[in-house]
Amino acid sequence: MGTVIVEVMPKPEILDPQGKAVVGALPRLGFTQFSAVRQGKRFELTVDGPVTPEILEAARNAAETMLSNPIIEDVVAVVEASFDDGEGA
Amino acid sequence: MVKPAPSLLKTLPVPKPQPQGAGAALGLSAQDTVRIGVITFPGTLDDRDAQRAVRLAGAEPVPLWHADANLHQVDAVVIPGGFSYGDYLRAGAISRFAAVMDTVADAARGGMPVLGICNGFQILTEAHLLPGSMIKNEHLHFICRDQVLTVENAETAWSSEFTHGQDITIPLKNQDGQFVADDATLDQLEAEGRVVFRYAGWNPNGSRRNIAGITNERGNVVGLMPHPEHAVEPGFGPDSPSGMRTGLDGLGFFQSAINAVLAAR
Repeated sequence: MGTVIVEVMPKPEILDPQGKAVVGALPRLGFTQFSAVRQGKRFELTVDGPVTPEILEAARNAAETMLSNPIIEDVVAVVEASFDDGEGA
Repeated sequence: MVKPAPSLLKTLPVPKPQPQGAGAALGLSAQDTVRIGVITFPGTLDDRDAQRAVRLAGAEPVPLWHADANLHQVDAVVIPGGFSYGDYLRAGAISRFAAVMDTVADAARGGMPVLGICNGFQILTEAHLLPGSMIKNEHLHFICRDQVLTVENAETAWSSEFTHGQDITIPLKNQDGQFVADDATLDQLEAEGRVVFRYAGWNPNGSRRNIAGITNERGNVVGLMPHPEHAVEPGFGPDSPSGMRTGLDGLGFFQSAINAVLAAR
């Protein structure tokens, strides 16, 4: 069983109100090191078999057509999850 | 000693039976009856209000179901507000793939009047029937208020009852209401007169260039964040100079569509 990770971020030129709220709240817990936060989305697409090039291509298509809206978001990653970080288990 | 309450029945108008629909009640023949469909998705909230607005404007409301691709011979379609599919993924993103939306997209390209209100506007942008998109309000709060809009295009299928430059008051309620698009798209919308409604006095959500509603090139598809279906009935609308909750500016949207349909017959 394999998993494909898709990551979507708001476009740089689009104001990210959620990220703005988070960066405003961080100093309240003493986290004063961070000057900016942008909040995106991570999808985990699981398949029954191994992650083939065809599966990755399908994941890219899904990422561009449904998982993101190209007007406000960029797809920044479409990768197979590796067992090292526990995602492929 | 408790006195019996005076009968309320005496003061309430007795509803007349309307076996043949609203059009018949208004003295319209079947040929004059305009059928306006209102789509319900899982999580839609304002479909009943939109149906009521259609009826009060003088047309026959036709409930449409997201999983049914058949438009049931309607002359126009309203995609109402709410939180279809819980706003999961993005507001309107999943509804866009509903069976009914393929038919609506074909009908819209053929010239049928289509109005998207709030979540319906979001669905129309996700379906690429209107440009741009909506993101979370700049101030991050859900907002609910009576909002003044300036009509900037009184020639669309949903705004012809208004005049250019007219201010109207329409309730606004949303969390993801900030209209965004790139500058080239915004410039094109402005140049082609496709900004239909602009927020007046105050921008409630950070929308680019105070845009509240836009139209497609042909002027038959209109989307806006405020809710015209909540300003159609005395006692339930926004406050107006003539009294509390007396605002009826929303009726003009639906009457415009009725006129557009009748003019095309």
